[in-house]
Amino acid sequence: MSIVNFTPLPALYGGLLIGFAAAILLLANGRIFGISGIIGGILKPQKGDVFWRILLLVGLILGAFIAKQVLGTPSIFTTRSTLWLIIGGFLMGFGSRLGSGCTSGHGVCGISRFSIRSIFATLTFMATGMIAVFIMNLMGVSY
Amino acid sequence: MKNSNMGQLAATLISAIIFGIGLELAQMTNPQKVIGFLNITDKWDPSLMFVMIGAIIVNSILFIVVKRRVSPFFAPKFMLPTLTKADKKLILGSAIFGLGWGIGGFCPGPALSSLMRLQPQIFIVVGSMLLGMWVFKLVEKKF
Repeated sequence: MSIVNFTPLPALYGGLLIGFAAAILLLANGRIFGISGIIGGILKPQKGDVFWRILLLVGLILGAFIAKQVLGTPSIFTTRSTLWLIIGGFLMGFGSRLGSGCTSGHGVCGISRFSIRSIFATLTFMATGMIAVFIMNLMGVSY
Repeated sequence: MKNSNMGQLAATLISAIIFGIGLELAQMTNPQKVIGFLNITDKWDPSLMFVMIGAIIVNSILFIVVKRRVSPFFAPKFMLPTLTKADKKLILGSAIFGLGWGIGGFCPGPALSSLMRLQPQIFIVVGSMLLGMWVFKLVEKKF
């Protein structure tokens, strides 16, 4: 195992912002910043509970756009084929709903609340994520 | 559920923008860094771990403030998850989520925020993710 592309400071600063953002949503609105759950509430809409979710997604995209302009971050580059992107996207979407959360909901918010569920969830998806990459490597699929 | 008030909407937007900036700064929108983190047996990029650590540090400290409050600032109550035990759905869902994450290199937040890049692969990932979420909605009674 070798260490590559390690960017500790941008990662840490980005993480601090992410944590701060999640805390704002919780303190202000009492909501968990779990993106899969937020989308879930749009797919299964309840009256009066949809607009803030759409606004959140718009804000997310806007924030990323602003950061891209200021930081000059590059385009997404991946050599994963369309088929793998479809499979990956689908499983990620399906799994997040079955598992009641994703990296933001369980990883960032849940662990910060010392939620046993979220700790288990995060350990599980980290493990299977690493297994998936290991197997894709063995299959010779580049990224 | 009641419609959100102006304070809630402002907090939603601000929080989401900050989150989006954080994701982009940390480069969590970059599948190379995600798969690089999950590539722990080979060429390992630990950056994602630092993102998580940064986020959890801030969020857990501010969670102390949450615990002291009776209600959020702009909403009548905290809407925290009520389940406490890690059940089969959680583990299975998280396992599937992790597989998708490692196969594609994306999770919901970064995939959505990268829509601003207008790249075809992002549309494919987001579309597949939404499809996966939708399919779960159709079959969720079976779990």
